[in-house]
Amino acid sequence: MLELDGVLLASVQTELTDATVVALQEDLLDRAAATGADGVVIDVSAVEIIDSYLARVLTEITLAVRMLAARTVVAGMRPAVAVTLVEMGLDLPEVETARSSAHALEMLARR
Amino acid sequence: MGGAPGAPTVLPIRSDGDLIRVRRAAREAAVRAGMSLAEQTRMITASSELARNALVHGGGGRVEISDVTRPGRRGVRMVFLDEGPGIPDVARALTDGFSTGTGLGLGLGGARRLVEEFRVDSRPGRGTTVTIVSWSRSPT
Amino acid sequence: MNDGAWNTPVSPGDDSRRAAAPNGSGARPHDGTALVAEALRSRREQLAQRWADATPFRAVYVAGRDAAVGAAHRLVDALAEVAGSGHCADPSAPGFERVRPQLAEMLAERGAAGATAAQLGAEVAELRHALLALVRDHASHEGGDAGDAVVAAMELVGTLRLVAMETVLDRDAGIIARQRQEILDTATPVLRLWDGVLAVPLIGTLDSARSQVMTEALLEGIVEQRAEVAILDITGVPMVDTVVAQHLMRTATAVRLMGATCVLSGIRPQIAQTIAALGIDLGGIRTRSTLADALAWALRHIGAPAGG
Repeated sequence: MLELDGVLLASVQTELTDATVVALQEDLLDRAAATGADGVVIDVSAVEIIDSYLARVLTEITLAVRMLAARTVVAGMRPAVAVTLVEMGLDLPEVETARSSAHALEMLARR
Repeated sequence: MGGAPGAPTVLPIRSDGDLIRVRRAAREAAVRAGMSLAEQTRMITASSELARNALVHGGGGRVEISDVTRPGRRGVRMVFLDEGPGIPDVARALTDGFSTGTGLGLGLGGARRLVEEFRVDSRPGRGTTVTIVSWSRSPT
Repeated sequence: MNDGAWNTPVSPGDDSRRAAAPNGSGARPHDGTALVAEALRSRREQLAQRWADATPFRAVYVAGRDAAVGAAHRLVDALAEVAGSGHCADPSAPGFERVRPQLAEMLAERGAAGATAAQLGAEVAELRHALLALVRDHASHEGGDAGDAVVAAMELVGTLRLVAMETVLDRDAGIIARQRQEILDTATPVLRLWDGVLAVPLIGTLDSARSQVMTEALLEGIVEQRAEVAILDITGVPMVDTVVAQHLMRTATAVRLMGATCVLSGIRPQIAQTIAALGIDLGGIRTRSTLADALAWALRHIGAPAGG
């Protein structure tokens, strides 16, 4: 996990067990609270599937980070992953998205 | 090759780590069937949902993966079996329930939307069997 | 797996047990099916020579009669195996599997020459004349029941015809699937309108298969072109109902999940009215009446220099 100019940048690895997902969530929230970051970027470009479990955790992180007065951006979602989420009916309405981590940092810097 | 007709690949679903092995096996079968990346992703995601259901709600079980064919097309069949408490109301379990979070809703309902054939057999106290089949869009 | 062990003390192969099954009391030496199998084996050459002159072989193996005879031999052997296994009525009998590729090739050739499926079926059925004559002859020499043998032979030819038709259907299904895919691929072009702006001009009806292909192509395009805006232009879509609207919403949502923005353009007044009347909520999708308006919005959005 990287920290750049008040933004936490976490890259999610390719294969995740549910336990890893929970660890990531806790770690991210601890760090966000400790550093007082303005933004959190979760780079999912390496992730080959997002199922309902990971989708729910992404939403939970977004809502929790919002309570810490910061924004979360999920970046780099693969086309096949986006299509699959939508077909499952998981629109992630709460989650902000960006094409890449660089794009996300730009978005967070803009406001 | 474990995918010859009539000889399914069988994997246990007993732990968190098994879910990863089920996803890998689903991917291998999807690639064998000539599925596009999007089709593979649907299949793997559905398998992830159903394997987790078997683990979390069924107390563990197994999955049987086989290659299937029909004229001009190839596909994958996955059968998820558990000996858990069963689903008392399948129709209700299939309706989406994101808000409840812990329910079966998203797993089952989401998986159903990702595959072409979907069947649930469940009897209270006797466990649950979920069968899914997906076909590759690209012709053989 | 040993449920059958009690009635097979000598543990013969599966085949002998199955061959015995139709009679219940074990295979009599001269039951119809066994007679047909015998006839096919002992008069293999005679039948192959006759068949080589019949349409399915003669018209396909034009290079020489030897090739036709060779092909006919393979079919005779296959039928002998089927009859020998006692599965004259089973199109999935192993013997048939051996000649499926050859049958498929022969019928494809005939089909290319203009024969219809019905004609192909009739041509295969024609093969029965030579077979029946031979079976009758064999039965009278061996003293078996010619009636039983003829019935078995008819059944065998009927199943052969079914197998032949299956190979034709398999081939057609493959062709249709391929053509369908080609149509889907060419019907949904993803156009690059500007650096960072893509458009998909949708024409005709938007069913779920097409919607899937279009969405996948658009999302891949977004990655390749690093696009920020994707325009879905529905000027050429005659009708928007709830199903089509749902497809459009899904595509727009998938575009959003990728971090890009979707704009829907080309909404004619009648379509806007239909959408409103159906109570479809396109909320969340940015809409513009024309493709030009959508492009103008996109250029402002990405901060492109005003070009005029």
